[in-house]
Amino acid sequence: MDHESTLERWLRGAALTVVVLFFMFPIFWIALMSFQTNETILRSPPSMVFQPTLSNYQALITGQLDSQAGTLQIEFMSNLANSAILSVGSVVVALLLGVPAAYAFARYKFRGSEDIAFTLLSFRFAPPLARAAAADALFPGSRAGRHLCRADLGVSADLPAADPVDRARLFRGHLAGRRIRLPHRRPWLVRRLPQDRAAAGGAGDRGGGAAGVHLRLEQLHLRAGAGLGRQAAGDGGRAGLRDREGIQYGQIAAAVVLSIAPTLALALYAQRYLVEGLSLGAVKG
Amino acid sequence: MTATADPAAPPRRRFRVGPRALPYLLSLPALLVCIGILVPFFTAVFYSLQRYRLSQPWARGMNWGENYLNFMSDPSFWNTLQVSLTYTVLTVGLELLLGLGIALLLQKPTRINNFVSVMLLLPLMTAPALAALMWKLMTNPNFGIFSYLVSQLGVTDFNWASDPSTALFTVVLVDIWVYTPFIMILLLAGLRSLPKQPFEAAALDGVPRMAAFFRITLPMLTPYILTASLFRLLESIQQFDIIYAMTQGGPGDTLTVFQVEAYLNFFQSTNVGRSAALLMILWAITFFISNLFIKNWLRLRERARGGA
Repeated sequence: MDHESTLERWLRGAALTVVVLFFMFPIFWIALMSFQTNETILRSPPSMVFQPTLSNYQALITGQLDSQAGTLQIEFMSNLANSAILSVGSVVVALLLGVPAAYAFARYKFRGSEDIAFTLLSFRFAPPLARAAAADALFPGSRAGRHLCRADLGVSADLPAADPVDRARLFRGHLAGRRIRLPHRRPWLVRRLPQDRAAAGGAGDRGGGAAGVHLRLEQLHLRAGAGLGRQAAGDGGRAGLRDREGIQYGQIAAAVVLSIAPTLALALYAQRYLVEGLSLGAVKG
Repeated sequence: MTATADPAAPPRRRFRVGPRALPYLLSLPALLVCIGILVPFFTAVFYSLQRYRLSQPWARGMNWGENYLNFMSDPSFWNTLQVSLTYTVLTVGLELLLGLGIALLLQKPTRINNFVSVMLLLPLMTAPALAALMWKLMTNPNFGIFSYLVSQLGVTDFNWASDPSTALFTVVLVDIWVYTPFIMILLLAGLRSLPKQPFEAAALDGVPRMAAFFRITLPMLTPYILTASLFRLLESIQQFDIIYAMTQGGPGDTLTVFQVEAYLNFFQSTNVGRSAALLMILWAITFFISNLFIKNWLRLRERARGGA
């Protein structure tokens, strides 16, 4: 039996507290910032006592930022919708292509299976930017490149992770597929969806910009982060969260919260599948 | 009217997929799409063998391996290599240690531990670029809470990501914040699935807990550690979003890891050839590391099956 002394229990509790603080505090603090005005955010020292306001969220959701310079238009919600379409679409395509293939590798031993599986896995080794940049050069001025890359991301990366949990026969009875296969696939699915959702973040697809290229996952991340991040960095930009009064940090924080909230909600809802998906999918041989 | 079978009629042929063909058919769509995606990849290989600047289209032409050869005498390439490897080793190493430590803390499946393990997954669900942005706000020298806390500890000129001496520390910190839960959850699943008998036997024999940890727990956890390391290595050496969102590779060239350097080469310097060559080298490194890990992982799996 495993006996733990009082001192050990205290130490364990203290360590856990530190861990929880480290991992939870940033989310908590950004959420707090999102309910503050610029004035309260910029005061020193920072304080947790303030008059909460919903104006940041209101500005983002209505797309209207009232300032001394007039009313500015913010396209945040349409960008968020783009992200949702992008992430759901890529997950659907990935599932349609990836699940049957994963099933085949798991269920059958066939000639060349290891090679095919490794070939698919090897797509994960290639730097995303290599495909993205080349695709952009191949299809200049079009969106084909980024779609191609997005499809690539969806298909190849998850095949090794989509490990068979059950032994149902997907194509020998639709009930087996619906009742057994899909529920067992849920861990992988829910693991995939939030990440894709997170990947897209508040990504917009307004085109243009200094670099002019917003490809693939990293770039999509960037649209969410950097579009806002440029504001945080104070180097100007086009995200529209800056007015004559300066950078709207509260709105940036609110945008972050709105971008990550659906993912976090989904993750919390599906956490037990998530844990299974991560552990079984990635580890079982 | 009754239908009777005509013995002379040829049997109706129904299209049936044989058991041998089925796995190929199932994996074919994914394979086809992936092969289709090889086009941009091989295009990148092709570009890497070219003198190709978007700003000088008239000078475009094959230079074969010159881009690669130039790297040998290019200090910025060696800097990129060094920064990438340092970043990878630091992040993966620290995340493994922390992830293992936290997994050990949460090993017992109590209600609190289960709750905490779920909460700790939240950073993992945050897009890395957004995580970088969050940290950027919190480390802002004017109003950032972390800047304030550090100043309260007596460190007044700690500039986080904007100082070359602390930039790497800052991005590693963000990476740890985002990805440690991934390793934690994998190792936690591993720890909880370990058989109890060896530990009970060790306890009966009076084996000290530290010895049991190093002699029983760690060896049995190795496949999980390898898997977690592989996934993290792949992502870490190809890191882009955290670094770019935090510092855009700066200050100076402090954090120009492979993908950031390639991105800047492609989209700022418009040097497509050099950018593609950099990415090919990154691909080679990643492929080598992955091969090494997968071989070890397969060897461990075979050993486990043999021993089972």
